[in-house]
Amino acid sequence: MSVSERLHPGLNLAGTDPEAHEAAEEVMFGFWIFLMSDLVLFAVLFATYAAMSVQGIADGPRPAEVFDLTAAFVETLLLLLSSFAFGFAMLAMKYRESGRGVLAWLLVTGVLGAAFVGMELHDYYVMVTAHGAPPQASGFLSAYYLLTGTHALHVSSGLVWMAVMAVQISVMGLNTTVKLRLMRLALFWHMLDVVWIAIFTFVYLFGVVS
Amino acid sequence: MSWELIFGQLKWSSLVFTGAIENPSLSEFIASGAGTVAVLGAVASVILLTVKGWWVPLWRDWLTSVDHKKVGIMYIVIALVMFARAVIEAALMRAQQLSAYDSTGFLSADHFGQLFSTHGTIMIFFVAMPFITGLMNYVMPLQIGARDVSFPLLNAISLMLTLAGAILMMVSLVVGQFSTGGWTAYPPFTGIQFNPGEGVDYWIWAVSLGSIGSTLTGLNFAVTIYKKRCPGMTLFRMPLFTWTTLCTSILMIFAMAPLTAATAMLALDRYAGFHFFTNGQGGNMMNYANLFWLFGHPEVYILILPAFGVWSEVVATFSSKRIYGYTSLVYATMCIAVLSFAVWLHHFFTMGQSANVNAFFGIATMVIGVPTGVKVYDWLLTMVGGRIRFSTPMLFHINFLLTFILGGMTGVLLANPSVDFQVHNTLFLVAHFHNMIIPGVLFGMFAAVQFWFPKVFGFRLHEGLGRASFWCFAPGFLLAFFPLYWLGMMGATRRTYMWADPDYLPWFALAMAGAALILAGFTLMVVQIVVSVRRRAQLAAPLGDPWDGRTLEWAIPSPTPEWNFAVIPQVVSRDAFYEAKKAGHAYRSPVAYEDIEVPRNTATAPLIGLFACAWAFGLVWHIWWLVAVSFLMMWAVVIVRSFETDTTETIPAEAVKAANEAFLAAARAAPGVSREREMTSDNRGKALPEGLESLSGPVSSGAAVEVLS
Repeated sequence: MSVSERLHPGLNLAGTDPEAHEAAEEVMFGFWIFLMSDLVLFAVLFATYAAMSVQGIADGPRPAEVFDLTAAFVETLLLLLSSFAFGFAMLAMKYRESGRGVLAWLLVTGVLGAAFVGMELHDYYVMVTAHGAPPQASGFLSAYYLLTGTHALHVSSGLVWMAVMAVQISVMGLNTTVKLRLMRLALFWHMLDVVWIAIFTFVYLFGVVS
Repeated sequence: MSWELIFGQLKWSSLVFTGAIENPSLSEFIASGAGTVAVLGAVASVILLTVKGWWVPLWRDWLTSVDHKKVGIMYIVIALVMFARAVIEAALMRAQQLSAYDSTGFLSADHFGQLFSTHGTIMIFFVAMPFITGLMNYVMPLQIGARDVSFPLLNAISLMLTLAGAILMMVSLVVGQFSTGGWTAYPPFTGIQFNPGEGVDYWIWAVSLGSIGSTLTGLNFAVTIYKKRCPGMTLFRMPLFTWTTLCTSILMIFAMAPLTAATAMLALDRYAGFHFFTNGQGGNMMNYANLFWLFGHPEVYILILPAFGVWSEVVATFSSKRIYGYTSLVYATMCIAVLSFAVWLHHFFTMGQSANVNAFFGIATMVIGVPTGVKVYDWLLTMVGGRIRFSTPMLFHINFLLTFILGGMTGVLLANPSVDFQVHNTLFLVAHFHNMIIPGVLFGMFAAVQFWFPKVFGFRLHEGLGRASFWCFAPGFLLAFFPLYWLGMMGATRRTYMWADPDYLPWFALAMAGAALILAGFTLMVVQIVVSVRRRAQLAAPLGDPWDGRTLEWAIPSPTPEWNFAVIPQVVSRDAFYEAKKAGHAYRSPVAYEDIEVPRNTATAPLIGLFACAWAFGLVWHIWWLVAVSFLMMWAVVIVRSFETDTTETIPAEAVKAANEAFLAAARAAPGVSREREMTSDNRGKALPEGLESLSGPVSSGAAVEVLS
């Protein structure tokens, strides 16, 4: 396959950067596979939650009693907007090759992501204090905290990664290595969006309806 | 500063030696003895490294290496060291069961529980897994004509995480107790309520480290096979070992995640009072059984598929014949990989699901016999009309065909839920899975060691001692495990440390004799390696092709140079090297050489392994400062590394050319060795291809090859 046949959409336009495209081939594919194995982990947590949110309630509160749909909706918006912002960061990287542009959009992404994690922590706080619903209360809540907590942990690691990338853009500039790392971070960040949509649907919407 | 703040739950009495002082008994003395051996082993290694001045080479050439070949060798060393421990534990358990007729024997029940838990955990996670991973590491990139794996540093990190888990297992011999919950660690028995203390935590963190390492390995190898094949190496030209590596890697990517989830949930139950698997408050241990076996069943195929690949290579090479039914072997491998995810429920037929569910999983389980049967016929038909040499790997292969079929048949029996109800949790089951895993995986790996050893180290293993160890292992295995079928059918349950039924006694005695033979076989294997190292001049086969090999790894010198292939090969058919030999293309000089870029050694992976080990140890003993510090350090290493830009070094084309032309000249000059003489010191590693030999006779064929090349 020639380079032009396997161009990576997040990188510069055809011909301008053949080496980066060549290097992208393997690492991007590898990262897709990593994401796949990560999704298997989430699938397992979803399956566990599916079983426990029905059969693991015991004497504890029911899903509808503890979930705040408004907060979950705002969190969804925050995360989607942060992904949108990351999209602009990648556009700045591809078309303008401007380290400053990428940095600015990464900052927006990071702030929105941090707001998401902050709101989720606040949700946990409210659940524990106002509803008496800590993870130790029932199997259902254990599964809920593990599923959403794993997602929040992923988002937080994404934030750390973002901070490291910001330093690398400043120190190393937008070289091939940095570009490829940003592309992988972008995939990671978008995947977390996808997982959150599933959480919003299966945990919050179904939980409140049932 | 209180003691707990610094040392967590560690106490002086956590040391295994205090048990023997406070409560002297044979059981405690054995535990202390094992701990002493572990400590002495560590001290002896330190002294040896210091006296010989090997610390620097160890660090510079091995621990910091990201070369897939060295990583592979280190994996196999881990596997062999851990095998020594686990096989001794097995013999100890057999001795206990023999001595425990109508008495309590010499081990305490608790000690016996730890023995079967560590034996199972080690054999699966720290013998079988590192063994197959090491082998795939070494052989697969060579078979696809690649310079390296896709992510060499990640590969080294996987190794170091596995090593961290193995070290944790060894530490548990000396500090504290191990789990008594078996290698499956079913809650609620392994929950905090019934199993307080550090034992289960040792299991959780050792297994988690190994599991994360395996996930990364699977991802790395799958990408390597998809992206790094040499030109012309289409999927259906790949050697069968590479095919099984690919399917195994895919299984690893999918199957390790449920295990990681299960151990994480069990940890949350134990450490933070969650209710995933507890009794009451909505916990349900069946979720654990599902998650664990969603990993555990594919796991047995993760282990067996690479061994199937080894058998395919061994039987074709030592029959001097193309493998029979290549395509059917590939499809059978894929079928097994897919079906492996459809059978996990047969591990708990008796735990209360409906008859329909049992029937579905029973049938799915039996269906796996079909592709496996296809493979067995292919291997048999490869031998038909072939020129078979009964070398050690081939002896293991034939023994495998006979015994594996018996094991498979008992598997079909167990796949029938109504039969399973009769014999579940008895020694019948223990006999069955040892009957699959020992001839299948373990003997497969032993055959692989005999087969590829000259490739890795440049000299052959002593054949006589290899056969001697085979003649201990093969009957030893039969004696050790076939009596367990009888015992199981008589109702002897697994994991039970004492008996009262006199009918059991002769069968246990037989099994004990078998265990002794297996120990003798292992000893002979170690002796074989030591003797071979001493006689390496006589056994040298530096020209790379001692067995008339068929695939690309035999086309290069032994031991393999750092850059694998001086020039990336071009492939036009299956059995690429064999076809080249027949056509007279082998050992031809390439048109031009280029500079080769290889990854530079780095301390990243061993540092991550070190901090992972400290992190896990901190978690086991609730030493929270250590947990926090080592966790942060682990990620600090990753982040610091990400700022490193100078990660490769270049080997100049001149150096590659000099080495490779010297090898090619030596290979061309060598007369080549016929199959009759391949076990003699004439075998310098250049085989006369079988076809040419029969055309022109053994004497003149040497000249024929030389003219052609």
